[in-house]
Amino acid sequence: MIVDIKGLDVGYLRHRRVQPAVAGLDLTVAPAEVVAIVGESGSGKTTTANAIIGLLPANGRITAGSAVVDGIETAGANERTLRRLRGSVVGLIPQDPMVGLNPTKRVGAQIAEAVRLRGGSPDEVFEHLAEAGVPDPELRARQYPHELSGGLRQRVLIAIALAGKPKLIIADEPTSALDVTVQKRILDHLGGLVREQGISLLIITHDLAVAADRADRIVVMQNGRKIEEGDPATILGTPRETYTRRLIAAVPRLAPRFDVRDQKPPEPILTLTDVSKTFAVSDLRRGARGFNALDKVSVTVPRGQTHALVGESGCGKTTTLRIALGLETATSGSVKLDGDEIVGRSWNRLRPLRRKAQLVHQDPFATLDPKFTIAQSITEPLVSFRIGNRRTRLERARELLDQVALPASYLDRLPSELSGGQRQRVAIARALALRPDLIMLDEPVSALDVLVQEQILQLLADLQAALGLSYLFVSHDLGVVAELAHTVSVMSHGRVVEQGPVAEVFTDPKSAYTRELIDAIPGRRVADAV
Amino acid sequence: MSTAVADVVVEDALPADEPGGRRANLAANLVQLARKPVFLLAGLYVLFVVVSAFRPKLFTAQDPYETHPEAAAQAPGVHHLFGTDIYGRDLWTRVLYGSPLTIKATLIALAIALVAGLGLGIVAGFFGGIVDAVLMRGIDVLLAIPGLLLALSIVTALGYGTVPVAVAVGVAIVPGFARTTRAEVLRVKTLPYVEAARAGGASWGRVLLRHILPNSWGPVAVLAVLDAGVAIIAIASLSFLGFGAAPPAAEWGTLIADGRNYLVTAWWLSLLPGLFVALLVLGLNHISKTLQELTR
Repeated sequence: MIVDIKGLDVGYLRHRRVQPAVAGLDLTVAPAEVVAIVGESGSGKTTTANAIIGLLPANGRITAGSAVVDGIETAGANERTLRRLRGSVVGLIPQDPMVGLNPTKRVGAQIAEAVRLRGGSPDEVFEHLAEAGVPDPELRARQYPHELSGGLRQRVLIAIALAGKPKLIIADEPTSALDVTVQKRILDHLGGLVREQGISLLIITHDLAVAADRADRIVVMQNGRKIEEGDPATILGTPRETYTRRLIAAVPRLAPRFDVRDQKPPEPILTLTDVSKTFAVSDLRRGARGFNALDKVSVTVPRGQTHALVGESGCGKTTTLRIALGLETATSGSVKLDGDEIVGRSWNRLRPLRRKAQLVHQDPFATLDPKFTIAQSITEPLVSFRIGNRRTRLERARELLDQVALPASYLDRLPSELSGGQRQRVAIARALALRPDLIMLDEPVSALDVLVQEQILQLLADLQAALGLSYLFVSHDLGVVAELAHTVSVMSHGRVVEQGPVAEVFTDPKSAYTRELIDAIPGRRVADAV
Repeated sequence: MSTAVADVVVEDALPADEPGGRRANLAANLVQLARKPVFLLAGLYVLFVVVSAFRPKLFTAQDPYETHPEAAAQAPGVHHLFGTDIYGRDLWTRVLYGSPLTIKATLIALAIALVAGLGLGIVAGFFGGIVDAVLMRGIDVLLAIPGLLLALSIVTALGYGTVPVAVAVGVAIVPGFARTTRAEVLRVKTLPYVEAARAGGASWGRVLLRHILPNSWGPVAVLAVLDAGVAIIAIASLSFLGFGAAPPAAEWGTLIADGRNYLVTAWWLSLLPGLFVALLVLGLNHISKTLQELTR
């Protein structure tokens, strides 16, 4: 056994009390085995991984049990013992490729560091880069992290992990910050490498679909405990726990919920016609986006329905949304919101239209002012438009919280006291405050766990049915689009490559790019098993 | 846009039945602060000095100007806590009566620095471009002149008194406030909640006052406490160098300067007022450090 954990208890010291994060965990990883730990945030999966290599935060404590890695006890081991394990026995691929590399050092030098610690020759750097699937390794090794895309950075991190020739690689949410297509390529590659070289792999993920596609064994964790374990076929076919069943049910099926192929589309509420956007190249901050500005994008959102914009990072979908909202100006083209032209309007002349269209941001942790109570956040649009008085606004806030299924006691909470899903509900309530006809959703669920994701999507669908809302929905995740959207535009490099009802585009994609996106979605095994 | 990291270690949401909100947060913070004994000591000491500056009679029954030649240069003891000076005046009383000018000038200096620094920083950070460039170059010029030297020349020009000293010291610490505020405003300005407020129809003025200012405020408040110490030292230095109140008025810097001549025979004349001031500045530094840890 490479990893043999018995009865492990880990807790975090907070206000002089140890709050348990992992309780009584048993876990083994055999040589050349791929094991996936699946669970929500807060289920203790990342804590487990950190405990294995002794990288718990300063307030983390192992209170009981043992964690033997390659024959060496790591629970309570000193720093020197642990250092000998890291790199040479256990390699770690961190969560976020954007911050996982040192921005002031060339990529090659960072890999060389790992090679040197093992005592290898510097030439191996190129070898490892090539192994990790980085094209043109000699060129890439001389580049700095900011010159590489997210996918390439993730590959460099894999190369660093491989450079130590470890017996076990721990991949902590290896791809949750990446697009589906990139995600698929990287996971395929990592899986292949591990099998070739006989390395064990421990994948930590919140996405059962990702785990089911690659792992030999799946461990499901909830509230710090292991609740179920088994090979993917058993877990998917005959899950014992209700929690596992819920996880399986939450995997997007790619089965479109709405079929509007044979219906006459309702009146459009928002029409974008031939919208182009060129960013000034001299602008240092926006320079990188210069080449993927929009090129004659036309999009229509039918009233009372959802239109989705899908594509990889940098394809221009968020820019389209910002132009439609008037937060960014278009270089040419026209944007009509409920019959009124937006392009060319000054901020003050645009302001009345704000009551018709509202925005929900991607990141629930930054979209609420940390100093505002929930009531203040929700009623802010009302205050801005001088609607009602203090009492009626509070009344409306209560009503809105009820609509997004949060208790009224949350009114005087601060955002830091809410979970990610709850904050996103508050953001939705704020968008609803002015009773808009159209809500623009910018990746509203991509930062959330699968289960929370499902609840938020359900909420959005319910609100649409109850209030007759229209959505313009931006996402990189086709599974989510299938759950919510009636029609879809697939975007690539600032152009719309395919457009039509979701049921048509997803079952019979016309363009090669759409087909690639659909094939990249994880969860084949789940879909087959159910 | 790539997705945000899905699994940042998030503290779990508070259960619905537990008290939350601003009041509970404030209470929790206060409890946390009350558990730090050194912070409590520092806070009490600073409070004592500030109160004594406005009501010195509360802590001493003697007169700071009454001379007792028979009791000249007595060492610290039960009767005279800090001893007496060469005219037999009680040093403890003189130290307490010496604080009003320093404390009042410090408070005015901080007010000047806060208002000017916050104003400049917010305008520079918020409008950016040419406004930012012009204002910040002005600040750079101020930063290039040593603070005490600038204060000295201002006091020479304006004369001595609470307000001129406050202006002199206040102007010298404006640049720090302006820089810190500008950096915070630049950070907060790009956050999604500012954009969300804009999309909700809020005017720039409202965004500035309700979102950007409160969220940039934390580090500036910490700096204010820290700079109170700097201001006290600057004011004491000014009076030490002879730009102080005319005798027989007591003043921290003047007391220390007067005692210099008797260091060998009457060490307490310089040492005890010096320690009094040093402790005050140390206390302020500690408070600011604790607050910084708390806001982090």
